[in-house]
Amino acid sequence: MFTFFSHFGRYLIMLRTAFSKPEKWRMYWIETARQMNDIGIGSFIIVALVSVFVGAVASVQFAYQLNGQLVPRYYIGYIVRDLCIIEMSPTVSCLVLAGKVGSNMAAEIGGMRQKEHIDAMEVMGVNTAAYLVMPKIVAAIVMIPMLVALSAFLGILGGYIASVPTELLSHGDFVRGLRSFFVPYNVFIMFVKAIVYAFLLTSISCYQGYYVKGGSVELGQASTNAVVFSDIAILLADYIITIVLTS
Amino acid sequence: MIRAENITKTFGEQQVLKGISILFEAGKTNLIIGRSGAGKTVLLKSLIGLVQPTSGSVWYDDVNFTNLGKEELRAVRMKVGMLFQGSALFDSLTVEQNIRFPLDMFTNLNAKEKSERVDYCLERVSLTGANKKFPSELSGGMQKRVGIARAIVLNPKYLFCDEPNSGLDPKTSIVIDELIRSITIENNITTIINTHDMNSVMEIGDNICFIHQGKLEWKGNKSEVLESTNQELQSFIFASPFLQRLRDRALGRPV
Ligand SMILES: Nc1ncnc2c1ncn2[C@@H]1O[C@H](COP(=O)(O)OP(=O)(O)O)[C@@H](O)[C@H]1O
Ligand SMILES: [Mg+2]
Repeated sequence: MFTFFSHFGRYLIMLRTAFSKPEKWRMYWIETARQMNDIGIGSFIIVALVSVFVGAVASVQFAYQLNGQLVPRYYIGYIVRDLCIIEMSPTVSCLVLAGKVGSNMAAEIGGMRQKEHIDAMEVMGVNTAAYLVMPKIVAAIVMIPMLVALSAFLGILGGYIASVPTELLSHGDFVRGLRSFFVPYNVFIMFVKAIVYAFLLTSISCYQGYYVKGGSVELGQASTNAVVFSDIAILLADYIITIVLTS
Repeated sequence: MIRAENITKTFGEQQVLKGISILFEAGKTNLIIGRSGAGKTVLLKSLIGLVQPTSGSVWYDDVNFTNLGKEELRAVRMKVGMLFQGSALFDSLTVEQNIRFPLDMFTNLNAKEKSERVDYCLERVSLTGANKKFPSELSGGMQKRVGIARAIVLNPKYLFCDEPNSGLDPKTSIVIDELIRSITIENNITTIINTHDMNSVMEIGDNICFIHQGKLEWKGNKSEVLESTNQELQSFIFASPFLQRLRDRALGRPV
């Protein structure tokens, strides 16, 4: 318990240092652009793949569960839509992103720590907590909500592909479902989740890398911890956000 | 001039530095020598704040380095260049981008001025034309020279070198040593070099501080080393029977 609080304290200190005035805006901007590219382009395929398949499975599963029940078939479109928007796209995408982006960031920063790159920058006078962390957080907060929105779209598309051509329900029913009971507020929830998760997974992963010690074993551990703790934080945040925003 | 006053450093149970006071002079190559694990790196990093000393203070000319605010700390650090034991070149950047990094981060020079400065530094370390190479394409000695070029790009007043010739052959070591020494004299830099290389000690040891068991065991210069009667120093520098015979011959002792 004590170690938890000492880590948490150090995490907050790192974050406070991370958001201080850049030495040179241009250098931070270049770094942010590089990260946006890495996160956005680099993770698009995996997020798309997961979204299409989860959407597809969801529609087939609901079709199966609704068989022989009095619930109208077009509900499948409605359920797939809201499942994607509220839970699947933000939460599942970000759990996947923690595995890809988070472990990557922890390994990158941790490697720089071990090879004394961070020390070298510090001696030059660079605020490394800021230069190495802030651009990553900013890039993630911009890119991840976009990925999540795309994921929602692709999840619904996956649901359509899996159910309409296989005649589980008609095109008309699916579209009718998509248009029923639409609550714009749910899209708001989706973006809130995406932004919070993006912040959590990047800052936690950067923290794991920034304070790494030792050698390649510790680096591997930091990378794993980045994923595990990001996932835990995302799931906790999911629960809290859901309670706060739906009550 | 850098002055360390009574620096101590403890890691958990282990007291690595037990109160060290040293004066490092400007325009001289100041050597910190000692066995592997003696605490040379910890001492060097304590001087620049990469390691927080447990107690003691450090002075950069008339600035008390301990307890500086963020901006003052940066102001001092911008006058410090450091060469790391493993060179610490950014491996995803080219040689040119590595050397230009401090310029990009801290100056408002235009592209032409920056590339002139980079080329000057590369020329100074005899690596003209290596601009587009990546660190992984260079030999250890060349990486060290790029490290030196990056350390001097902002015209430092203080230069720190952590084992500049570890992992280099004797010939290359001497080239690196001479390079550091001439840059030091040219620009009147306060240079501090960690080493356990006996060639460096005898060639460029203007001031030598021998660290042993966390204490400053001996200090002097290269000409005083031979004649010193300090047993620890003698057994550290003249470690092999071969070197001991050479020493005895040089001093005209019976062999
Ligand atoms: N961050 C650290 N945590 C714990 N112990 C350390 C740390 N850095 C150095 N030490 C210990 O301090 C001692 C001196 O290390 P160092 O200064 O690297 O020696 P050297 O003289 O070879 O450069 C070693 O025993 C090392 O184990
Ligand atoms: Mg060392």
